Amino acid sequence: MSEISWGLWKLLLDGVWITVQLTVFSAALAAAVAFVIGLARTHRLWVVRFLSGAYFEIFRGTSALILMFWIFFVLPIGFGWQLVPMWAAVLALGLSYGAYGSEVVRGAVQAVAPAQREAGIALSFTPAQQLRKIILPQAWPEMVPPFNNLLIELLKGSALVSIMGVGDIAFGASLVRNATGQSAPVYTVILVMYFVLAFVLTRGMRLVERHAKASVGRAPQKREGLRTRMNGGRGDELASSGATTAGGAR
Amino acid sequence: MTWDWNAVGDFMPMFWHGLLVTLEALALGALLAFTLGLVWAVLQRSEHAVVRWPVTAVTEFVRNTPLLVQLFFLFYVLPEWGLTLSALSTGVIGLGLHYSTYTAEVYRAGIDGVPAGQWEAATALSLPRPRTWFAVILPQAIRRVAPALGNYVVAMLKDTPMIFVIGVLEMLGEARQYSAQTFHTVEPITIVGIAFILISYPASLLLRVLERRLVR
Repeated sequence: MSEISWGLWKLLLDGVWITVQLTVFSAALAAAVAFVIGLARTHRLWVVRFLSGAYFEIFRGTSALILMFWIFFVLPIGFGWQLVPMWAAVLALGLSYGAYGSEVVRGAVQAVAPAQREAGIALSFTPAQQLRKIILPQAWPEMVPPFNNLLIELLKGSALVSIMGVGDIAFGASLVRNATGQSAPVYTVILVMYFVLAFVLTRGMRLVERHAKASVGRAPQKREGLRTRMNGGRGDELASSGATTAGGAR
Repeated sequence: MTWDWNAVGDFMPMFWHGLLVTLEALALGALLAFTLGLVWAVLQRSEHAVVRWPVTAVTEFVRNTPLLVQLFFLFYVLPEWGLTLSALSTGVIGLGLHYSTYTAEVYRAGIDGVPAGQWEAATALSLPRPRTWFAVILPQAIRRVAPALGNYVVAMLKDTPMIFVIGVLEMLGEARQYSAQTFHTVEPITIVGIAFILISYPASLLLRVLERRLVR
């Protein structure tokens, strides 16, 4: 590992900063898309349900990398829209992971007991009030663990931007590899970097989950480490376990 | 918007070849993921912590790091260790290894879902350990998790374009090559994108049917 000089380390650390920015901005866009599409998919008008369902199927059906290629190469040539690489990457990641997230939002909103909504109607809440004061506060704690999975998938997906020349960790690694002529040290180092980032994100989301559960008067489930992240440690989530990860095909 | 149908016609032979390579990588990768995942899941239930711990550590590490970087790692580092494989084999190993850490969790959940009475019955009949696994536990566990495993095959399909970075000419690789030769970019990339939707949407419908029939 001594072959990696200070200047090359700096390349990797700059890459970490770009990866963090990419993850944060894409996650923000994905969250916005997830809530808009997810709620639209529970709308009472069939047109809204159909359009949002079509968005979901299209963006979930195609691969994030293909979408990225499309935004980077087809949009400028076909439509004349040239985006800054960083924002093109954020757009591609946000739109595709937002589609996965919409399934989480839809599932959690529909899992809220119907009596809650009826109580809202009985108290003559407007639909917006029902959503804001009754449905979302109860659905939110259910969304956090699957959102955690998606966030990790998003972090991993952000490595794709290195193919497009955005200077993230993986891009820095390819530069360092070219400079040192050695692959094993630098790729080991950046795999560990990604793992640490994933660990920090999981810890952060665990705090969010605890806060969310406490705000509706529920104790968080006991969990250890990164483990049991995938299936939430519950057998009854088994059938839907695929839906909570990036590639889920439900 | 410039759309040239001649370019579409020209690209199609390359597209079919790319599709074949994609499906080949997917089939082999899925086979590897199903097998390795089962191995991880069974090892994680071992009585010896010496076995459990390293397996858990490795699968967690592989699952929480990007497939793209793992592919580069395998592609550049395996030859340094004296193991030279074709690009496609490297891609299959990368995909299979990465997704085996997901299928391991699926199997684990399926195995946990088998009632404890089944284990006790196997003990009462003094079935040997391998026979308990293969004749009692796994048939019940795998039946329940088959649709979840299928979901990961679809997920893997959508990750196969990544193996073009190590030089495999699957659909995206062919599209890139075609656009490098002819400067037509809009058509090949769009066709490949549509192809993914056309494959993965019916696959996910099929899995929903399967789920209704197998998981009760």
